[in-house]
Amino acid sequence: MTPEHSDAGAFRLVLLLVACLGLLALAIAVATAIGDYSIGLGTVALAITNGLGLTGAEIPPIEQSVVWNLRLSRTLVAALAGAGLAISGAILQALLRNALAEPFVLGVSAGASTGAVSVIVLGVGAGSLSLSLGAFVGAFSAFAFVAILSNGATSGPNHTILAGVAAAQLFNALTSYIVTTSGNAQQARDVMFWLLGSFGGVRWPDFQLLLIVVVVSLAVCIFMARALDAFTFGDEDAAALGVPVARIRLIMFAVTAILTATIVSMVGAIGFVGLVVPHAARYVVGPLHLRLLPACAAVGAIFMVCADIASRVIVAQQTVPIGVVTALVGVPFFAIILYRARPQS
Amino acid sequence: MIIEAENLVWGVKRRTIVSDVSLTVAPGETLGLIGPNGSGKSSLLRLLAGLRRPSSGRVEIQGRDIAHVPRRALSQEVAFVQQNAATDTNVSVLDVVRLGRTPHRSALAGWSAEDQEAVTTALERVDMTSRKGQAWQTLSGGERQRVHIARALAQSPKILFLDEPTNHLDIHHQIEILRLVRDLDLTSVVALHDLNLASMFCDRIVVLQEGRVYACGSPEAVLTEPLLREVFRVEAGVSPSPFHSRPHIQFMA
Repeated sequence: MTPEHSDAGAFRLVLLLVACLGLLALAIAVATAIGDYSIGLGTVALAITNGLGLTGAEIPPIEQSVVWNLRLSRTLVAALAGAGLAISGAILQALLRNALAEPFVLGVSAGASTGAVSVIVLGVGAGSLSLSLGAFVGAFSAFAFVAILSNGATSGPNHTILAGVAAAQLFNALTSYIVTTSGNAQQARDVMFWLLGSFGGVRWPDFQLLLIVVVVSLAVCIFMARALDAFTFGDEDAAALGVPVARIRLIMFAVTAILTATIVSMVGAIGFVGLVVPHAARYVVGPLHLRLLPACAAVGAIFMVCADIASRVIVAQQTVPIGVVTALVGVPFFAIILYRARPQS
Repeated sequence: MIIEAENLVWGVKRRTIVSDVSLTVAPGETLGLIGPNGSGKSSLLRLLAGLRRPSSGRVEIQGRDIAHVPRRALSQEVAFVQQNAATDTNVSVLDVVRLGRTPHRSALAGWSAEDQEAVTTALERVDMTSRKGQAWQTLSGGERQRVHIARALAQSPKILFLDEPTNHLDIHHQIEILRLVRDLDLTSVVALHDLNLASMFCDRIVVLQEGRVYACGSPEAVLTEPLLREVFRVEAGVSPSPFHSRPHIQFMA
């Protein structure tokens, strides 16, 4: 006898992953083709194969350079950022047993912003490396703040969320304080843009770093997927099922912290992805993490690449901050899921 | 499997909740833990199940000190049913029961025939086979408790701990759950509030008062009028039931 509905879940996952990979390839091609300087899809394909060293087709060097050096790296970073944020959201929702949990609710983005703003406005250090470093330090500070306030997140899910809300308020206030007391108008605009997220300026080294972080994180999380499932009825229940609760918690929070801090330090604070994608993925493949996590990665990647495309075409000659797009696209989508998944009783 | 607890002490900050408890549970026995609110039933149960570390004293299962048994190995032999464990996740009955196989599966192992057998048997045992596809959220209190017991049984344990499994259930479901537990071929320890149910379904009863064992023995030996007055602060008449011959307690208004 086979558990029929869980086979259906596995089938749905395979279907979803195949569909997502196809869609992702298409979305990446489109994202690479469009821009201030439109390039045909055929040329894009050739430029990519040229870049990979597979072909030696004759295309204008400028197009080759735009596709390979600017747009493709940007788009791939977008895909990885989406995947990473979605995974983080799914992990935190499982550990904290709270549908609201995601890195941004826990104040990580606020911490990263404070770190980045300290660099931009106060000039702590100089250059783009220290901006990323500032954001990274800020994000970790926020995580540490929440961890301390909630006794390492052992004081119960609501306690941890409240600690996160406090962290977000504190770091947002610090950010505003720094900007209003020390910043000039130009800096305030720079900060604003960064706070809402931007894929402008990311290059291949960013992609390489993020690829490693996302792949390793996903692998660790999948390895612990069974343990995450055991948290369904809480910590004590997980312990009764043989899960080393404290160790899993520590590892999972560390993974989420590194993942989120890396992403935020590269592309700024992009909200909503970590919240909405796990819910959408759960709706399709069910709540078990062995399926949920790959599904989140796939859906998150597509969502973010599409949001990036939208951010560049909504207003001509201008890029709308990516965080604005994720919320504008995400909220209606989320509303549909909430409506369809409402309790039936 | 035999459970032996020696001089267990446990507390939070300066308050001692379990103090110097020693007891033995014989293989196959159903042991009832009773006592007033705050007498340490739940805490003692968690110490026995290895979910909390005693500040002193030890618990041995089949002669092995459980403090030295890895969490997962322990969970392959010992299952614990919490009272009213709840979730917001949209899981099915089958998903919940399958969780019981967690201690027997490595991180990426597939679903084995043995896993399937354990889950199927557990679902049948609590009579929920026909409901396995149903969403957990839509179950009634009694059904949820039965599913939790099925999950514990899917662990293929030798020992089952239950913390007030009949809480918030109507009388039919209370009796149904306890009958199920009594008839299981397992060593079980059940914390209970209802003294008559404890009398009906337990082989032996441990009475806790302020974290200490006040009395321990058969229902007939333990459930006496003086004890009820002393420990539970109620006036009651105790007489053998004409239906099951166990002590039956009638409380005075």
